[in-house]
Amino acid sequence: MSLTADRTAELVGRALDVKGRSLWEDARRRLFRNRAAVVSIVTLGAIALAAVFGPFLLAYPYDYIDYSVVSCAPDWWPDPSVLCNAGGTHWFGTDSVGRDLLVRTLYGARVSLAVGLIATLVSLVIGVTYGATAGYLGGRIDELLMRFVDVLYSIPYIFLVIILMVIFNRNFFLLFVAIGAVEWLTMARIVRGQTLSIKQKEFIEAARASGVNGFGIIARHIIPNVFGPVIVYVTLTVPASILAESFLSFLGLGIQEPLTSWGVLISEGANQMETAPWMLIFPALFMAITLFCFNFIGDGLRDALDPKDR
Amino acid sequence: MLSYAIRRLLGAIPTLFIIITIAFFMMRIAPGGPFDSQRRLPPEIEHNIKAAYDLDKPVYQQYLIYLGKLARGDLGPSYKNKDFSVGELIADGLPVSAKLGLSAIILAIAFGLTMGTIAALRQNNAADYSIMSLAMIGITIPTFVMAPILTLIFGVYGVSLFGYDISLPVGGWNGGALRNMILPVIVLSLPQIAVIARLTRGSMVEVLHSNYVRTARAKGLSSVQVVVRHALRAAVLPLVSYLGPAIAGILTGSLVVEQIFGIPGIGRYFVQGALNRDYTLVLGVLIYYATFVILLNLIADILYAVLDPRVRYAR
Repeated sequence: MSLTADRTAELVGRALDVKGRSLWEDARRRLFRNRAAVVSIVTLGAIALAAVFGPFLLAYPYDYIDYSVVSCAPDWWPDPSVLCNAGGTHWFGTDSVGRDLLVRTLYGARVSLAVGLIATLVSLVIGVTYGATAGYLGGRIDELLMRFVDVLYSIPYIFLVIILMVIFNRNFFLLFVAIGAVEWLTMARIVRGQTLSIKQKEFIEAARASGVNGFGIIARHIIPNVFGPVIVYVTLTVPASILAESFLSFLGLGIQEPLTSWGVLISEGANQMETAPWMLIFPALFMAITLFCFNFIGDGLRDALDPKDR
Repeated sequence: MLSYAIRRLLGAIPTLFIIITIAFFMMRIAPGGPFDSQRRLPPEIEHNIKAAYDLDKPVYQQYLIYLGKLARGDLGPSYKNKDFSVGELIADGLPVSAKLGLSAIILAIAFGLTMGTIAALRQNNAADYSIMSLAMIGITIPTFVMAPILTLIFGVYGVSLFGYDISLPVGGWNGGALRNMILPVIVLSLPQIAVIARLTRGSMVEVLHSNYVRTARAKGLSSVQVVVRHALRAAVLPLVSYLGPAIAGILTGSLVVEQIFGIPGIGRYFVQGALNRDYTLVLGVLIYYATFVILLNLIADILYAVLDPRVRYAR
């Protein structure tokens, strides 16, 4: 049986109706089939919502000091000897100067999530620009630029942040930028590696032949094509930044009172853990859950975007 | 081989030089000197103090003076710990930090390697899943959360096992007594155990599927011999290149661990120096750490080349 013209048209029409799946759609399907990643996304969304809106709904401002309820356990605490009947509205208990711990934990979440986002954004901008430039230009300049990255790599980065904090006198916003400014190194390496292989491809040659300048090629053709590995690394940079901020705050080099972050709360809680363990447990729990979520999402994304690695 | 090592060693010198230069100028552009106090000092006294520490000279001269002294191994006086030089402070804390860090890295390698190998041999079994979940916890929970929790369990509440009290001291160094070292070393090594176990599992799984391991099995070697003599040697290679980052992680962790457990090591001096703006102390410790990490990376690279005959020394 030979194909009639009608039949051919029908087949072609049906073929056109089949919607092709792009790489990104495939990745999204794979991501949403990963149960741990989906649960993590939902949990993280809930924590973010609570951090943004929670403090408006609670009865206490984050810096409201009440000396009548110092170091009170929450009313439902199993050990009755430490209860002091704070009135039932301090669900996470109070800290050593009688501030509500729930509101402070949520404020800590704000700071931590903000640091995660801002620092990651800073590292993304620096890392992608730097890596793409080095990879695209190649040769001597590439060697020089990556040599600088190697040099910075050889110092544990937290020491650089500490020095930046000493210099900028523990400025709140600069802390965020400082963390981002040292976390771009791996990003730059990843992007450079990708760029080196992409710039050999024909479409770059085509762009160059049609007169696009270097900046245009980097911005319009190279950067959009390195996005896969970059996104995976971004989800790992966010928890790393949160960790760095908490680490510094724990040492007393980060966020200053009365503002707070999980690191500050954990540090206070660690000092009081013998008498008031809830001051340690709640912030530590929130932080651990958040970090777990980011890790699972990162793993899920890697599996989704790079299926050969499974 | 030797020329490779020498070339790498020479290559490390400019790296160190750049680090020192960056750190020095970053410290000098910092607002507020180390002698700015609430109380205004009379100008003559302030001038004398600054002159004593060469702070009255232009920055480039200070830099040259610092480099000159550094070349002779002198890290300068500590601005805040009067009567002590930075070198003395570091020499004071070094044995303590070294003992702590070395124990942690040995523990991390021993446990990480064993657990990773077990997980790989029992791939996709209950043992594998439980080890990998533990590793996930070890990677995610930061030291400054793990330390208080373990202290709470083993130090404050106290634990007894088979009628023996195995509670541990919550802090202090006590001259490096074993009982005082257990908790800090465990806290310090946990994240590294986790990473090493993961790395070992990954490479071990790959190696176990390779042809030469099948050949070894086919020759009739016992599975212990196959794993220990044939598979492990190839599987530890990624670990060697992780040695540098592992040391960096332990150095970073020691800042917190020394603080929490009240251990008089270099990490504590660094944090105190940063809090008090003791520039020379911070700079000195940083140079020290950087040298150490660079050297260790170098050793790791050479070790890698020794272990893996496929690596050539060219370039």
